[in-house]
Amino acid sequence: MLKIENLHVRVEGKDILKGINLEINAGEVHAIMGPNGSGKSTLSYILAGREGYEITQGSISFHGKDLLEMSVEERAWAGVFLAFQYPVEVPGVSNIYMLKAALNGIRKHKGEPELDAMDFIASVKGKMKDLDMDEKFLYRAVNEGFSGGEKKRNEILQMSVLEPTLCVLDETDSGLDIDALKIVSDGINRLRDPARAFVLVTHYQRLLDYIKPDFVHVLANGKIVKSGGAELALELEDQGYSWLEDKKAS
Amino acid sequence: MSVTHLPNTHYAGLLATATTSKIEAEADWLTSLRERAAAEFNVAGFPSPRDEEWRYTNISAIEKSQFSLSEKTAEVDQALLDEALLEGCYHLVFVDGYYQPKHSSLAGLADAVTVLPLSEVFTGSKEQQDLFKSLLDSVIEEHAQGFINFNTALFSDGALVCISENTVVDKPIQLAFISSQDGALKLSNCRNLIYAMASSKATVFETYTGVADSCYLTNVVTEVVVEPNANLTHSRLQAESLKAYHIGGVYTRLENNAIFQQNNYTFGAVLSRAEIHANLSEASDCTLDGLYIGCDHQHMDNHTRVHHNQPHAVSNEFYKGVMDDKARGVFQGRIVVAEDAQKTDATMNNRNLLLSERAEIDTKPQLEIYADDVKCAHGVTVGQLDDTAIFYLRSRGADEQMAENMLTFAFANEMVERISFKPLRFKVLDELLKRFPQAGMKKEWL
Repeated sequence: MLKIENLHVRVEGKDILKGINLEINAGEVHAIMGPNGSGKSTLSYILAGREGYEITQGSISFHGKDLLEMSVEERAWAGVFLAFQYPVEVPGVSNIYMLKAALNGIRKHKGEPELDAMDFIASVKGKMKDLDMDEKFLYRAVNEGFSGGEKKRNEILQMSVLEPTLCVLDETDSGLDIDALKIVSDGINRLRDPARAFVLVTHYQRLLDYIKPDFVHVLANGKIVKSGGAELALELEDQGYSWLEDKKAS
Repeated sequence: MSVTHLPNTHYAGLLATATTSKIEAEADWLTSLRERAAAEFNVAGFPSPRDEEWRYTNISAIEKSQFSLSEKTAEVDQALLDEALLEGCYHLVFVDGYYQPKHSSLAGLADAVTVLPLSEVFTGSKEQQDLFKSLLDSVIEEHAQGFINFNTALFSDGALVCISENTVVDKPIQLAFISSQDGALKLSNCRNLIYAMASSKATVFETYTGVADSCYLTNVVTEVVVEPNANLTHSRLQAESLKAYHIGGVYTRLENNAIFQQNNYTFGAVLSRAEIHANLSEASDCTLDGLYIGCDHQHMDNHTRVHHNQPHAVSNEFYKGVMDDKARGVFQGRIVVAEDAQKTDATMNNRNLLLSERAEIDTKPQLEIYADDVKCAHGVTVGQLDDTAIFYLRSRGADEQMAENMLTFAFANEMVERISFKPLRFKVLDELLKRFPQAGMKKEWL
């Protein structure tokens, strides 16, 4: 589904990613772990198409197409979804309106008809219930005045409504207490599907206690320095990331 | 401050020869007042951009267009009426500057409330005539402004609204001004007098609409008096044809402890100016809200003036503007705090969004403070859309145009959401949505 080859990225003259290679197939869950400043969030933003990054080398293909040639919205239409580390507040635009606009944008692109308003609301309300979100959030401005945990749930709600094929979750566990973490993880697990892949970008192991990854990659200093199975995350939990620093120094 | 400016001979000629616009059975005192106004107009004419108060707004197109006085229309297109009239209101309808009884409706209005077209004042009771005389020209502080003199000399009709003491009006009163002219270059002058007596409460709307794409001039003046402890909400919606010219003013006197809320929505006209003036007495409370949305070559000038004359008064002013294409928005807001107006609490905010490199905003807040124990704050911003929010919306599947429209709409909608009376809120929303056709916005989703 997703193939990243020798990706080099520069931001404001500084090399952030220095040759990333990663292949992700449908149905898989990949965790990308690493210390702060390792380039994890940059990789997330690159996948979503944010401006301000200079790609100096390498390629990304998504379902066989050149992802880097696609605009932000084209990626969304093609099935890429980024759950933001810091979801953006959009004053004045209600959650329900944004969800509907987003979903209809995607459906329109697929040649599907617009959804019936009543069916749509009923379906969204059901998903909110699963995420233990109050219905009043539907009519509030997107993320405005939401607590950290509410914002993260809102990202998962959007993801479950838009049903992307590639879900990139950037530090989704940060700011969640244990209850909220379970609810959000359940929400993500419900979306697991043979046709869908997940990239969990996270600093800590704790999200992976609830969402078992198939692969774990350690990103440090702009490169994937180690890949393995779920057990690698536990190893990192025990040892921290300092061994990477030692390795770098030696 | 005024600058001598030779009057346009066409309009001076209109003043000299106009007879059609006079009110039936007009009293001598009114004729004298008109003559005085005409004489002042003949000296100063319309304002010139050399006048500091008009430096951003050049009205020479009005002079060149040589509008002639409109005449009373017998039949009004039903579609124009349907578009203009708000549900759940009392209606007083004026078409091309003349009262239309057939389309007006005051059924159920309490006796304690007077709502009367000026054209019927002199055939009405002596009390009504006295009321009219006492209110007319009683609030405007400055006679030198040419459009006011022009209006005083020529007004053909308008509304007299008086709410008796301790009376609450059950529904809003809508004064609907409709232009039915289509390409005839006509002008209309209406004058409105609104008087909220002590401890009364009322809501009055003025709406301005016209035949799409027709060129005409509306020149309107509204004078408002809010007596002690009275509470008046006054909203004006200017949704004229995009080729029309609109010059309007609301001049208000707030007496002690009076509450006045003015909302000013500007969507129409190729060139418009709204003057909103308020004179505040002790412990009065004045709110001025405004929204102006311009595209193409529209020019929208909002000119507000709040005078704190006595202590303990509060004023809050919040204007938002969005300019696209080659549109130009002007906000000149002045707050004057007199020496005696201690404990004044005044704020003024003007926020603008520029959507095009060729659009322009001229914003000029002015604070003149002569008292020493006051709280005054003002803030002005002119900005563009937030890139992070655009990225966020696009990452969810909204295309770039839609994301921009959603954010622009959201910026403006903050003012719309403040409107508590639903039919007006939906009407203003409709006008706003018209400006963003690509966004596919639907109000049922808001």
